[in-house]
Amino acid sequence: MANLEERRIASGFGFLNREAGFEIGESAFLRYGAADSYLRALFVGLTNTLLVAAIGVVLATILGTFIGLCRLAKNFLLRTLSGAYIEFIRNVPLLVQLFFWYAVITEGLPGAREALSPLPGVFLSNRGIFFPSLSSVPELQGFNFAGGFAISPEFAALLAGLATYTAAFIAEIVRAGIQAVDRGQNEAAHALGLTRAQATRLVILPQALRVIVPPMTSQYLNLTKNSSLAVAIGYPDLVSIANTTMNQTGQAIEGIAVIMAVYLTISLSISAFMNWYNAHVAFK
Amino acid sequence: MIEMSQVNKYFGAFQVLKDVNLAVGRGEKVVVCGPSGSGKSTLIRLVNRLETHQSGRVVVDGVELTEDPRTVDRVRREVGMVFQSFNLFPHLTVLENLTLAPIWVQRVPKKEAEDTAMHFLARVRIPEQAAKYPSQLSGGQQQRVAIARALCMKPKLMLFDEPTSALDPEMIKEVLDVMVELAREGMTMVVVTHEMGFARTVADRVVFMDGGRIVEAAPPADFFSAPRTDRAKLFLSQVLGH
Amino acid sequence: MKWLRDNLFPGWVSGVFSALLIVILAKSLFAFVDWAFLEAVWRPDPNACRAAKGACWGLITEKHRFILFGTYPYEQHWRPAAACVLLIALWTFSAIRAFWKWWLALVWFFGLALIGMLMWGGVFGLPYVENERWGGLILTLLLSTFGVAFAFPLSILLALGRRSDMPMIRALCVGYIELIRGVPLISVLFMASVMLPLFLPSGMTIDKMVRAQLAIVMFAAAYLAEVVRGGLQSIPRGQYDAAHALALPYWRRTWLIILPQALRVSVPPLVNTLIALLKDTSLVLIIGLFDLLSTVKISLTEPAWNGFGIEAYVFASLVYFVFCFSMSRYSRSFEHR
Repeated sequence: MANLEERRIASGFGFLNREAGFEIGESAFLRYGAADSYLRALFVGLTNTLLVAAIGVVLATILGTFIGLCRLAKNFLLRTLSGAYIEFIRNVPLLVQLFFWYAVITEGLPGAREALSPLPGVFLSNRGIFFPSLSSVPELQGFNFAGGFAISPEFAALLAGLATYTAAFIAEIVRAGIQAVDRGQNEAAHALGLTRAQATRLVILPQALRVIVPPMTSQYLNLTKNSSLAVAIGYPDLVSIANTTMNQTGQAIEGIAVIMAVYLTISLSISAFMNWYNAHVAFK
Repeated sequence: MIEMSQVNKYFGAFQVLKDVNLAVGRGEKVVVCGPSGSGKSTLIRLVNRLETHQSGRVVVDGVELTEDPRTVDRVRREVGMVFQSFNLFPHLTVLENLTLAPIWVQRVPKKEAEDTAMHFLARVRIPEQAAKYPSQLSGGQQQRVAIARALCMKPKLMLFDEPTSALDPEMIKEVLDVMVELAREGMTMVVVTHEMGFARTVADRVVFMDGGRIVEAAPPADFFSAPRTDRAKLFLSQVLGH
Repeated sequence: MKWLRDNLFPGWVSGVFSALLIVILAKSLFAFVDWAFLEAVWRPDPNACRAAKGACWGLITEKHRFILFGTYPYEQHWRPAAACVLLIALWTFSAIRAFWKWWLALVWFFGLALIGMLMWGGVFGLPYVENERWGGLILTLLLSTFGVAFAFPLSILLALGRRSDMPMIRALCVGYIELIRGVPLISVLFMASVMLPLFLPSGMTIDKMVRAQLAIVMFAAAYLAEVVRGGLQSIPRGQYDAAHALALPYWRRTWLIILPQALRVSVPPLVNTLIALLKDTSLVLIIGLFDLLSTVKISLTEPAWNGFGIEAYVFASLVYFVFCFSMSRYSRSFEHR
């Protein structure tokens, strides 16, 4: 412990009430300024993490289910294209993909003055993506947009990367789940005269879901953990802010403890939900 | 009721049915038997187009089965099928298993479908199991539910693909009893089975297949006492011998 | 022709859809080929790159040595190159079923020692190169390989411990596995990188690469342990019964009967975990180690080459893809046996 003394580490969580002294680029729900405490800063980080994770999960599920169904399509092109997507995305590190998305947005999109506008009021530029909000419409002011509702390049890149990456894994889970249902079920349904659509909806999907849900929740957890890579592209999630805090205060142990405690809580909650699901909903 | 003429079927390069001709009249009970791999299951699966034929004609109740999905739908509504592995829907109760197709395919109102279902459950002697899930029933009970499920669609023709082969011996009788009753009421039936006792009692005709061809077809009395071909003789000695 | 009809144009709606897809696919393919090959600049000339419409592969031409080997001394580049080849050979050797015997461990031991010698030098006339100068592809491969080499035995112990009858051992193993699997890798890297030095006696330091390697080993061990546990659980009860009946002591029956079967069954999920491990090494960028992704990123920071991120990351993706896809194909081949 002489080592700790040497580095003058003030142990304990007292630092959380001190003034943070740094700005945070974006905050999903809470108001924050440099005069607020470290504790508040960490909360902002947490809400940012939960926001990107929640939206990411929804997008990944929709995209992943679609691609998974494409893998089972009769159309050869759909099957092959979706297969190629899955193979490529799963074999490249997520961090590379995040950097790639970030480069696409910051290098590929034009500057604010030449921003792309696919719909009236919506602007895509390397400064971010802007939508009209309920109260105002984005307008060009100088080199940037003001007003409206803005998505930063960091958030957009993180969301795009997480959603497309996790979707590839979800697609395989959906495909495997549907294929896991016994062929005889399909035959019985068709012998009774049900159409392909009816058979899928009433007989196959309910059974497939039981096989799909456990690994799917596992992927949701992975997505949440992967959101910690935000620290590498500058989105202020929990890990980013904890990192800044650790650098400023030197309280490494507490910082890491906070990160681990939060993520552990999230994963244990998801595990608990899964156990409940297996006990109550899975096959009688 | 069924007319198959010059039907050939291939699985890839392997020919599983060779120049098959078969006619089944209304109210007739036909038992199809033969060694495994002879094509008997494939034969009856052609009737409701769970398998497709490459050449020849298959006509069911006046409707010729072609690539056109509408012919397939029309035929399947009149043909009921019972599978070797039951294929009950595990996530639905017995009652729901029976009412699913009438409600969604025939657009029968729910109450009426349930009444029909209970009627047929009583016919197969297990009305008290209506609220249970398939996994809670014995094999014999599950197969009887499967028969009731097919009957709820009020088919004109019933196909049975080795209905008792997956059952423990003590449960075979209860299923065969139901099938015998069904036969007595005049249902047109095509049954693939190894149960020769059933064939003797119920069948109007026994069709013996080997290597994808119909080798012999005769009324049971003739077939069992005096089979004409060597292959039939060999088969009977193996099946009846033990 | 029949194949075309069945698979692409079975009906009106499907046919139109296919036609649309083919048109979109063709257009995208042409655009990509145009960008990546026809209009691309291959010479290491940043001005030509900016002037051209196509991709700037000149970045790669200019920086490829740095990207592959980091700041390793230029004249000694044959050493990390040889080390790369040796590593790949080691992996390929281990992939052959016929070689799955006890002496494979020895092959690994000597292989890794040889690679260490090549990289560090200081013996046999090879000049010493400190590991702060290692970087690029060789560092990625080293972190993954040494990671697996140490994590695998550890994971077997963890998996066995999790099934142990002794409550203390079981609790420790379960606790470790669930803790590590519940948190992101980045926090484990931080833990090793930042916290570890605090617990050492003053004056002693641990090399950053060693810290990262330790974190990777700890992380991988937890995930590999779950795969091994799956394999152990899939062995029929009868095998355990038979081993017990033969009165074999614990370690002997585990080593001779249980483990070989468990591991054989676990190969596909094991390989999948390895693929994930290779991808995860890219995170060491965050704690300041110069793996392949890091060197790619750094090569962009030179002002002349600023702004060609898309080309750089496409290249990085390709390199990772080649390694990971080969492993994935190998794993797939097991499912058909």
